[in-house]
Amino acid sequence: MSNVPADLRYTKSHEWVRALGDGTVEIGITDHAQHELGDLVFVEVPEAGRTVKADEPCAVVESVKAASDVYAPIAGEITAGNPKLAAEPEMVNADPYGEGWLMRLKPSPGALAAAALLSATEYQKVLDAEGG
Amino acid sequence: MAFIPHTEADVAAMLAAIGVARIEELFDEVPAELRVKSLAGVPEALNEMEIGRLMSERAHSDGIALSFLGAGAYEHHIPAAVWAITTRGEFYSAYTPYQAEASQGTLQLTYEFQSMMARLTGMAVANASMYDGASATAEAALMAVRANRKSRSARILVPLTLHPHYRRVASATAANQGLKFEELPYGAQEGITLPDALARYETEDITALIVPQPNFFGRLEDVDALTDWAHAHGILVIAVVNPTALALLKPPGEWGARGADIAVGEGQPLGVPLSSGGPYFGFMTTRMEYVRQMPGRIVGRTLDAAGKEGFTLTLQAREQHIRRAKATSNICTNQGLLMTAATIYLSLLGPQGLTRTAAAAHARTRELVTALTRVPGVRPAFTGPCFHEAVLQLDRPAAPVLRALAGRGIIGGLDLAGYYPELGNALLVCATETKTSADIERYRAALSEALQSVRAA
Repeated sequence: MSNVPADLRYTKSHEWVRALGDGTVEIGITDHAQHELGDLVFVEVPEAGRTVKADEPCAVVESVKAASDVYAPIAGEITAGNPKLAAEPEMVNADPYGEGWLMRLKPSPGALAAAALLSATEYQKVLDAEGG
Repeated sequence: MAFIPHTEADVAAMLAAIGVARIEELFDEVPAELRVKSLAGVPEALNEMEIGRLMSERAHSDGIALSFLGAGAYEHHIPAAVWAITTRGEFYSAYTPYQAEASQGTLQLTYEFQSMMARLTGMAVANASMYDGASATAEAALMAVRANRKSRSARILVPLTLHPHYRRVASATAANQGLKFEELPYGAQEGITLPDALARYETEDITALIVPQPNFFGRLEDVDALTDWAHAHGILVIAVVNPTALALLKPPGEWGARGADIAVGEGQPLGVPLSSGGPYFGFMTTRMEYVRQMPGRIVGRTLDAAGKEGFTLTLQAREQHIRRAKATSNICTNQGLLMTAATIYLSLLGPQGLTRTAAAAHARTRELVTALTRVPGVRPAFTGPCFHEAVLQLDRPAAPVLRALAGRGIIGGLDLAGYYPELGNALLVCATETKTSADIERYRAALSEALQSVRAA
């Protein structure tokens, strides 16, 4: 059973989004996603200042068996990539909703409202449907 | 017996299962105008005896020419042991084996190849080879776009002194993926890329600069200055190098203050015989920080469950059998047999042997240029040092001169008129350690006669 915190919002492609209260959001991959990938050996996060469209691949998480894209849940400008992941990619496995965050982003005007984000309950249904 | 595992009944059953009447229907999505109707110009099949005779006759009509042609493929002495060992059954495959780890000998040899190329180029990591120097250059450009995350332009600066075929292959391979190749002129006196050509790009977003060493004219570029200029402006440096020359020249990993970022080249000079365009092989090395952007396969050394040393394919997660359409590159297998020959060639020569080969080729080329420029109507096109090739200016078109030389059993070099019309009657010549002073004198005398006969005509 995966951990799905109630205070976050989610995407069908297994990213989570946390509003930081200063108009920016923090983004990572879910506990389910890190579990499916297995032990991560490399994480590539975007450069600050990069502008991304919704659903654009903007990070790569690589385990010993697969490399997967992480998609921007919301259009906007990247304000930070998690600098610790270059040296400690396993942080995403150990603490996917905390120290293992991937990037922070300032949504474009109206982008947050336009993004089709799921509640924890809705995301749990996605996982149930996948057999997770 | 046909070596095809499916019987007609098998094929019919498979087609029935997917509801298709004929195999042809599987290709319906290819537009009709792109389909080949017939193979015009392909003659009827010949049997083994007939084809053997035909090829033997053609080989005899070529004769054994005395060649001073380089231009990207070089005649070097290949010790007999190289291909005697390479063609042993244990090695005799162009492919990385399936269940690769079951073939520890092949993996160890690939690992040794990678170690040698990393050492030669002064870089941290190497892959298990590429198709050839031209496609390796194209892959390096694509890799630079992935690796230079500060640049968004995908603009690559390409000196005109890079091999013209490499420029065409890079453009054909990568232009449709959004890369823009911009050509840098060369100094008319020096035959190398000059700082003036770079100045206009200083304020623009450029992803990478390609630096050939030696360049297509055989001349040595100012690699330190070019590398430092690029890095000062956030531009990655792709070195395109001749592996033999690296025995004498500064390796790309030591160019400028930081070293080049990616090094590629044609591996043919390392034990691969000249044949009509190939098969040859390419090599690629890079910094550790870019290893995950490097295409192709990589063999690593590790410990097995019992703590014993072993070799394994590593960093496969971005290859196409796992990442499909999003793979780093669609190169999957490599030029395994040629890479095997190169590893054995380098093992037999050793660092000193390779250095002696490179020094002998350089000395023979100087001797050749000195001899040929004594002929009236011949002068060097450029001033400054070269490795084992040089451009000569003739006082008349090179093409008829080369034809006259061919009539005397000499391949005199490459006529540059089609590639560099601005150079006039230019001829690119090459001498390696395979040429003797008598060979060079034979060329000088024949060139003198050829120029006179062309003059008289």
